Amino acid sequence: MNTEKNSAISIEQLRRNQPRFEGIKSGHRACLGCGQALAARLVTEAAGPDVVVANATGCLEIFTTPWPESAWHIPWMHSVFENAGAIASGMEAALKAQGKSTKVLAFGGDGGTFDIGFQAISGMLERGHNVLYVCFDNEAYMNTGIQRSSSTPHAAMTTTSPPGSERMGKRHLKKDILTIVAAHHIPYAATTSIAYPSDIRKKVRRAMDIEGPTFIHIHCPCPLGWGHDGANSIKVARLAVQTGLFPVIELERTELIGSMPIRHPKPVVEYLKMQQRFRHLFTTKDARAREELEHIQALADHNIKHFNLQGDTMDALDSDGADTVRRGGMRWA
Amino acid sequence: MIEVRIHGRGGQGNVVAAYLLATAAFTEGWYAQAFPAFGAERRGAPVIAFARLNNKIIRRRCQIVSPDFLIIQDEALLHIPGIINGLKPGGRILLNSVRSSEAFADTLDARVVTLPATQMAKEYLGRPVPNTALLSAFLNLTGLLPQAALEHALEQRFQDKVLEKNLALIEAAAKKVEHNQWQEVANA
Amino acid sequence: MLKALEGSQAIAQAVASCRPQVVAAYPITPQTHIVENIAKLVANGKMHCEMVSVESEFSAASVVLGAACAGSRTYTASASQGILLMAEVLYNIAGMRIPMVMTCANRAVSAPISIWNDQQDSMAVRDAGWIQLYCADNQDAVDTTIQAYRIAERTELPVMVCVDGFTLTHTLEPIDIPEQAMVDQFLPAFNFKRALNPAQPTSMGTLVSPDFFPEARYSHHQALLHAADEIVAADADWAKISGRASGGLLSIDGPDDAKIGILTLGSVYGTLVEAREEYPDLPATKIINLRAFRPFPVAALCEACQGLTDLIVLERALSPGYGGIVAPEVQASLTSVHAATRVHSFAVGLGGRDIPLEIYRKLHRRIQLEEPAPFTIIDVELERLPVEDYGVE
Repeated sequence: MNTEKNSAISIEQLRRNQPRFEGIKSGHRACLGCGQALAARLVTEAAGPDVVVANATGCLEIFTTPWPESAWHIPWMHSVFENAGAIASGMEAALKAQGKSTKVLAFGGDGGTFDIGFQAISGMLERGHNVLYVCFDNEAYMNTGIQRSSSTPHAAMTTTSPPGSERMGKRHLKKDILTIVAAHHIPYAATTSIAYPSDIRKKVRRAMDIEGPTFIHIHCPCPLGWGHDGANSIKVARLAVQTGLFPVIELERTELIGSMPIRHPKPVVEYLKMQQRFRHLFTTKDARAREELEHIQALADHNIKHFNLQGDTMDALDSDGADTVRRGGMRWA
Repeated sequence: MIEVRIHGRGGQGNVVAAYLLATAAFTEGWYAQAFPAFGAERRGAPVIAFARLNNKIIRRRCQIVSPDFLIIQDEALLHIPGIINGLKPGGRILLNSVRSSEAFADTLDARVVTLPATQMAKEYLGRPVPNTALLSAFLNLTGLLPQAALEHALEQRFQDKVLEKNLALIEAAAKKVEHNQWQEVANA
Repeated sequence: MLKALEGSQAIAQAVASCRPQVVAAYPITPQTHIVENIAKLVANGKMHCEMVSVESEFSAASVVLGAACAGSRTYTASASQGILLMAEVLYNIAGMRIPMVMTCANRAVSAPISIWNDQQDSMAVRDAGWIQLYCADNQDAVDTTIQAYRIAERTELPVMVCVDGFTLTHTLEPIDIPEQAMVDQFLPAFNFKRALNPAQPTSMGTLVSPDFFPEARYSHHQALLHAADEIVAADADWAKISGRASGGLLSIDGPDDAKIGILTLGSVYGTLVEAREEYPDLPATKIINLRAFRPFPVAALCEACQGLTDLIVLERALSPGYGGIVAPEVQASLTSVHAATRVHSFAVGLGGRDIPLEIYRKLHRRIQLEEPAPFTIIDVELERLPVEDYGVE
């Protein structure tokens, strides 16, 4: 009995064997399968302890800091919804004035980044503050109860883009925030997804090393808002990449310098059918549903072509290989 | 207390004129105050600035409605109704014009003295900014402050070539008017 | 040394002498000259700070908030629409108890758009939880700016220094800029104990449930009430160094036994004091300058109003649908001790309308009525309104 116990290595023991910095601790109040919580953990792990965080209003802020508790083990501050970019600018200016090298991170959801906080971010980028801005994109206002944002994908159902006799979910396209951000001539802007933890770490480390504004956009499924089983969050996120709907790419001053190849592009229906927010697209006998499915497939096909995502060989870092966590193996991973 | 109202157009250095006058007075030991009554800051728009000079602290912040002196930096402004309103009985007007003082005698009577300030500014500065020439003439007419006070004020605001040119301009402008012609009004 | 300076230039120099490490601002008339002068000082190496020229007032307030949380002394300035755009962050700064100083170059609020002076902007953020100090003249603006940093840093509350736009900011007059050594003696280096620090990570701006919210508000309210002592102390201590006092919470000019009082905020004070000399035949009048509007100095006000039969409150802003903003607070403060004092409320100088010396005589005439007149906007000329609006007042 004793021998058996000693031979089995518990997760806790594994963690002790391979200590890693944790910027956000367990015990917070995120939902089961929350993509954002996982992403925040991966980002802060990779960024390390010498950081200061400016966090926009949103789920991440709410579920981590119910006074008098806080899940954060890094200096962290929340001001209001639309000013994370400006708060981070101020922090960076202050640290610069004090001669400190602490890196400033700014965290925002898609609402705080694509919509209400967009101006402050644009200002931060234009002024060249040394800040890594991370957008945790769950594609709607989840904190207020699933309202559409400019990041909500086309045809998705939210409480403010419900399908009905006159509508098939959101009428508009998802805003291409990465290109807009990159157009500020910033040194580094990248997308990544919680399905690929090593990709997140790699990109965060890269951004941390750059002196200047950088931007990482992380696709984070929300089981509540997307209507999938929380146990499947990673799977859903991976399908978004494998279908081509969420291209994982890197831009340097608007130039595409890297992308995660898709080994076998999957049809978008595989991704869509896992989520209740697209269920109106699977009602038979509705010609509009078929049209929208075709439309979404076309969007994915366009991405694959536009970003040259189709892989031509087995690649350890493609959409099928990169979700394996390699420790001490691949560079950066 | 001496109150001066300066009328001009945006770009003519109207507020600067008021500031220079107050600064010059201050360097001579007066208490002084200068402020604009701005419209939107557009070139060419009519603007007004005020200056108060006193031998004790000035605490009032109201606009000057009954000035002792008017300085008008553009004769075309005379077409604005009420521009000389409120001028104290016996008050005097310094007008930027190429025409002689007598040319305005029928409308503004003997209260007016003219100075071709824009013409002089073009000649000395290469720019049509009449404010310093007018100020210099004003000081010479009233005898309120020595020319050196204006020179000090200019030194605080301008440097190098611009300063040199302005100093030459004010010297020439002072000579164009009669020293102490308005002294009585200034001392009243 | 006494110099002839434009108000904005003097304020900029006063700010520089307080050595802020981060300055953030967005241009708006009539605040611009302050920030331009700071930029000039920075460009000429006379001021060492990070100057962040932001893309909105909202970001200006946010940048100084972020900078203060990261441990730096900060400065910003705005006016009018800019103050309203900042409003959300202003509440946030105060609620987080962040020490900082901003100048409000007081200006009317649109619509109709007006670039000229009244105090609607700072009054609109009255309840944001900032200390608000109103300046009577430019010397006062300089001294109050310096004092504001000490008050802010001792109370961990932000201070808004309210300076009448144009009337003060664009007026050149003799102003003494204190020597750097005097300011250094008065104002110790900024040491914000709650500043974010990777060595001792803390979380700021967290979610507070109903279990703690009233306590947070209580503590903020108490902090503002206690700040009154710091305002008085800062003024007294600065007076020891500079030889000048700004009146603490309020100042009184006039005979103790006067039966009539006029209460003002800001630059109209000096006009009234001189106007009184122009009309020596009118009854003796005390002129009270309310320097601290938040915290509202109830006790000092009651003392100042002793023996008054009539108190005229000159409002520089209004709450449409009710009337004056200051008078109701004054009246409520006096009720327990001087219930007999008749409080009159008049708005003057709205949107930059000139406040002439004759205002003093007009006010005296208006209060001859048996009952205090309801709130009145002075000098409204009805014939300037369209016919359908006639007789509304």
